[in-house]
Amino acid sequence: MKKYNFYAVVKSVRQYPSGLLHLILGHDCMPEMLPGQFVEIKVDKAPVLLNRPISIFNRTENELELLVSPIGVATKELCNYKPGEKLGIVGPLGHGFSLGFNSGSKVLLVGGGVGIAPLYYLARKLKENNVDVETIYGSRTAPDKEICAMFEAIAPLHVCTDDGSAGFHGLVTAHPVFSATHDFVQVCGPKPMMRACAKLTADLDIDTEVSLENHMACGIGACLCCVEDTTDGNVCVCKNGPVFNTKKLKWM
Amino acid sequence: MDVNLTTHLGSLTLKNPVMAASGTFGFGHEYSDFIDIDKLGAFVVKGTTLEPRQGNPYPRMAETPSGMLNCVGLQNGGVGHFINDIYPGLKDCKSTVIVNVSGARLEDYVKVAERIADETDIEAIELNISCPNVKHGGMAFGTTCEGASSVVNEVRKVWPGHLMVKLSPNVTSIVDIALAAEAAGADSLSLINTLMGMAIDIETMRPKLSTITGGLSGPAVKPVAVRMVWQVASKVGIPVVGLGGIMNASDAIEFILAGASAIQIGTGNFVDPTTTIKVIDGIEDYCLRHGVTNVEEIRGAMKVN
Repeated sequence: MKKYNFYAVVKSVRQYPSGLLHLILGHDCMPEMLPGQFVEIKVDKAPVLLNRPISIFNRTENELELLVSPIGVATKELCNYKPGEKLGIVGPLGHGFSLGFNSGSKVLLVGGGVGIAPLYYLARKLKENNVDVETIYGSRTAPDKEICAMFEAIAPLHVCTDDGSAGFHGLVTAHPVFSATHDFVQVCGPKPMMRACAKLTADLDIDTEVSLENHMACGIGACLCCVEDTTDGNVCVCKNGPVFNTKKLKWM
Repeated sequence: MDVNLTTHLGSLTLKNPVMAASGTFGFGHEYSDFIDIDKLGAFVVKGTTLEPRQGNPYPRMAETPSGMLNCVGLQNGGVGHFINDIYPGLKDCKSTVIVNVSGARLEDYVKVAERIADETDIEAIELNISCPNVKHGGMAFGTTCEGASSVVNEVRKVWPGHLMVKLSPNVTSIVDIALAAEAAGADSLSLINTLMGMAIDIETMRPKLSTITGGLSGPAVKPVAVRMVWQVASKVGIPVVGLGGIMNASDAIEFILAGASAIQIGTGNFVDPTTTIKVIDGIEDYCLRHGVTNVEEIRGAMKVN
């Protein structure tokens, strides 16, 4: 898939109550992008050297949407971008989630925290392919209503919270929906959560993909900084991932 | 007015003075969606060792103010993989391909150079005697005059093409190492490799790199690199290739004015994958603005009086 280096125009920046930042970026001919791929963004206003890898929350004909947790120097600076300003983009990068399921297949998406971000575009695309998709969204506390509404408009959403303030009180792996009835599971979230999901799906014998977020520099497989230990040896998360089948990973 | 960007490094002629640095450019094709690789003066492919190497464990990278630390540790498929699987795809490349040759033992450097000489038409190798991230390797040769001299001497016996030697800044006197490499038969010198550094995550109290120490690159090292290029270029009779934190044409010109015949771009490729092409264009613009018709006229042209 061809990669581009371009500037997109900020169309809107919206911060939800949880702190998550929803950016909508515009470009006359937004490159093709697949769910689970990512872009590197140049945060020119922040005093950082490297671009920031950010997953694709949504992509439409002329827009790219990002859902970012503003926790670092660069991502915090994103809050200060105004409509009309430009943001440098390199992408799309990496390999995304599997999409080629038979019509009617049952696919479970599991997102934890800001790891929910790539699952929206994924849910949309799976639904377009007539896949029977549902999502579990794990969060420390009640997640943003706006984000939940976006998911609910596509397919069933099951919220889990650590503090019981919304939905199911407990871990995503304990949710009753997380069962052997699914043909495939696709996960993005903190590593301990993804490990727990992978362990459970291994027991349930369900093929599973996870999206990793190793620290990276180039984003295109040149610097070899973001490697993950796999059955093929050290491979770049940016190029060979970020999405991997859990059978490939040595982390289990 | 046209500007002649042709660059001569002794026996080696490049179409312009801009190269992509080893370890930052993969095997070239990683960048082909962004730039026309054929426009580069040269690109130096990833450090190649005799046997395949998996490199160091993750994490291998930490961003620091105006720079980054890495401890990749020469992950590569080995010289056999390069010759059989990579080289065929590079044969038709219209820019000069330089192979970075790395090793842990003297005989490894020699064997890699020998195989490249025997089995390819590669014109130039860059002898990496300065990798800070491999135990008992690389930098051990680059930090003493005797070490540099011995490895350059032995490789010179089997390598008939252009022999560029990449120097470490982690030494007391880089000029002495440069002179030793020149005396042993180097055709050109590239400098600097990364500066040894480290960073600690104060919350976890752990080092940010798996190997604790790593190599620092990026704008943070540029003033050190310019100083070293100036010192070395003033003392040796062979061409010097400057690198260290070049992000744009202004940075590149600084190195050329300090005495570099050509420059390499490393970390800059990560920030903008089109940096190399922008630097080529920017050097041409600079020459036009200064009434310079041949880029070689500004080499070492820094005015001190």
